[in-house]
Amino acid sequence: MTDTPQELEITYRDAVREAIRAAMHADERVFLMGEDVGKYGGCYAVSKGLLEEFGPDRIRDTPLSESAFVGAGIGAAMRGMRPIVEIMTVNFSLLALDQILNNAATLLHMSGGQFNIPLVIRTATGGGRQVAAQHSHSLEGWYAHIPGIKVLTPATVSDARWMLDTALRDPDPVLIFENAGLYNMKGTLPADGSPVEIDRARIHRPGRDITVITYGAGLWKAVEAAETLAREGIEAEVIDLRTLRPLDQETFLNSVARTHRALIVDDAWRSGSISAEISARIMENIFYELDAPVERICGAEVPAPYPKHLEQASLPQAETIVKTVQRMVQRRG
Amino acid sequence: MGEFRMPSLGADMEEGKLVQWKVQPGDAVKRGDIIAIVHTEKAEIEVEVFESGIVDRLLVQPGALVPVGTVLAILRTDEKGATAVTPAVAPPPKPAGEARPRISPLARKMAAELGVDLSAVQGTGAHGAIEKSDIEHAASLQRAKLAPPLAQPLAVAPSPPSSAEAYQGMRRAIAAAMARSNREIPHYYLETQIDMSVPLRWLEAANQQRPVQQGLLPVVLLLKAVAHALGEVPELNGYWKDDRNEPQKDVHIGFAISLRQGGLIVPALLDAGRKSLDELMAAMADLIQRTRAGRLRSSEITDGTITVTNLGDRGVETVYGVIYPPQVALVGFGRITERPWADKGVLGVRPVLTATLAGDHRATDGRRGAQFLESLTRWLQQPEKL
Repeated sequence: MTDTPQELEITYRDAVREAIRAAMHADERVFLMGEDVGKYGGCYAVSKGLLEEFGPDRIRDTPLSESAFVGAGIGAAMRGMRPIVEIMTVNFSLLALDQILNNAATLLHMSGGQFNIPLVIRTATGGGRQVAAQHSHSLEGWYAHIPGIKVLTPATVSDARWMLDTALRDPDPVLIFENAGLYNMKGTLPADGSPVEIDRARIHRPGRDITVITYGAGLWKAVEAAETLAREGIEAEVIDLRTLRPLDQETFLNSVARTHRALIVDDAWRSGSISAEISARIMENIFYELDAPVERICGAEVPAPYPKHLEQASLPQAETIVKTVQRMVQRRG
Repeated sequence: MGEFRMPSLGADMEEGKLVQWKVQPGDAVKRGDIIAIVHTEKAEIEVEVFESGIVDRLLVQPGALVPVGTVLAILRTDEKGATAVTPAVAPPPKPAGEARPRISPLARKMAAELGVDLSAVQGTGAHGAIEKSDIEHAASLQRAKLAPPLAQPLAVAPSPPSSAEAYQGMRRAIAAAMARSNREIPHYYLETQIDMSVPLRWLEAANQQRPVQQGLLPVVLLLKAVAHALGEVPELNGYWKDDRNEPQKDVHIGFAISLRQGGLIVPALLDAGRKSLDELMAAMADLIQRTRAGRLRSSEITDGTITVTNLGDRGVETVYGVIYPPQVALVGFGRITERPWADKGVLGVRPVLTATLAGDHRATDGRRGAQFLESLTRWLQQPEKL
């Protein structure tokens, strides 16, 4: 018997905090700034205790101006720092969209390769927590439209713990979208984990009858649905995209070419979404492998409702996935 | 005006019975359309027309036995006649409410590969769509129909007369062709041993990338290598006609297919040189299926430029073939068997194939034939280029 545990149980929130702590210990150029990250310990308590551990120079509370502090982060990154900028929710990130798109994503190109921006922006995304239409949307698909940045969507505690490390080593801007509904989720981490690649999707659950492509909170609904379906003999392969830009199409194309059916599950609005992009790539590349039309389950195209029953009805759910898959893989009698 | 005549569907076919017309007077036909079914000693053949035009008159009634060359139908081939009549024979508009059938892209692809007639398949997918499982189901029914248990061969004879009678007819046809070959063609025979370890290893790796039902068989590599080698020794690919050798540009490999009720047919894998291995595999499966169902096209019966006979599955090690006139060569393959094999002073065990060439000495000499076997061996050692 050994005293060192092989695995430790941890919440997604604590995994993110551990990632930040470890990065700050490993590299003194790393610092965290954003609204309420210091004294308050972070809106979702992710940075709780970090101010005490690292002091106000490295854990910096900012004014309520996303444009200003994201711009400051870009400047710091250009001057050699490795800033982690936290934006409280994805809806507020729109105030910094000008900085992200017109500066962070663009300066490497416009400076003829002279200035790269090694900036990491973390923000909370996703609905289902009854915080209404200004705090609940899933806009990561929009950001995936922008060349020049990477868009990560960690869904597991392992990715919550280890994607940040790889993101900080990246020479260019990386946006990490943490689904706020996952912060309390528990999972296990190997005690001796190490940084993960951030440009590959992963087959979370192998299967042969259909490929369910999803990311973020959608992953756990798809997994729940897959377990229900497995009891009736339908084996769904669940793919966690992990990263929306660059989009690892090889993984999902190979999978769909095997199962011949694809369902995309995306909390975001349907029109012009990342699910539309994935569907298009399947048609473009492996049309002749399809045995049924590609289908999508997306968020309802309404501002996120506040009442619980309406909000839940507006989001993809495991039962909807089960019913859709049953219809798609309908067997000959 | 064009004439459509009873075709010669084999070296020694003298007459044929018209079984069925597939067209009516007034129908527009184009080159390659199947317009009649003809019964020969060997099988029922779907006969293609070689001109485009309008069917003017049918001169011979189904059931009639007529000599090769007899005019069966008159075609109007002039532009004016064709355009004037075409609208009248356009397919009638579909009745309202009959939607285009839902067929998945994968199902369409598989149906083409497996030779499944989509119009006869009942879809069981969502909204009645025809999907992969429906094609697999239809293909297995088709196979069951074509490959009946040996216990009841009489019930499924492919030709209208009794199977014993059909078999006698086929034997007579084979007898005529082979006797003529032995009488007229001075055969020479060459034989070589080919180390198959490289191609078989490559095949194993290639098949791991393919679904089981699309797996390649070794014979496909052999056929493709024959086509390539003929590119280097074209004199072996063609016909001896009017006292001279007439090499053909396209390689149509006649592939000897034995029939379950006895006898054999040698339909051609058309354009084998230009087909990929997968296409060749699919074409071969399709050809075997249609041969055994008695549904061959006339071009497949008449256009072979060389014959390959593969008796390896019967345990035979070496095949000395009889050339099918007017062709000038026949390639024989035996069983791939493990043998002691010395290479660079080291003795090992290798899978070895015996390949033979029967050549027509009027058309080529042994040296040219040897170059063919040498080229064949070389192509088989670089299977990735096949």
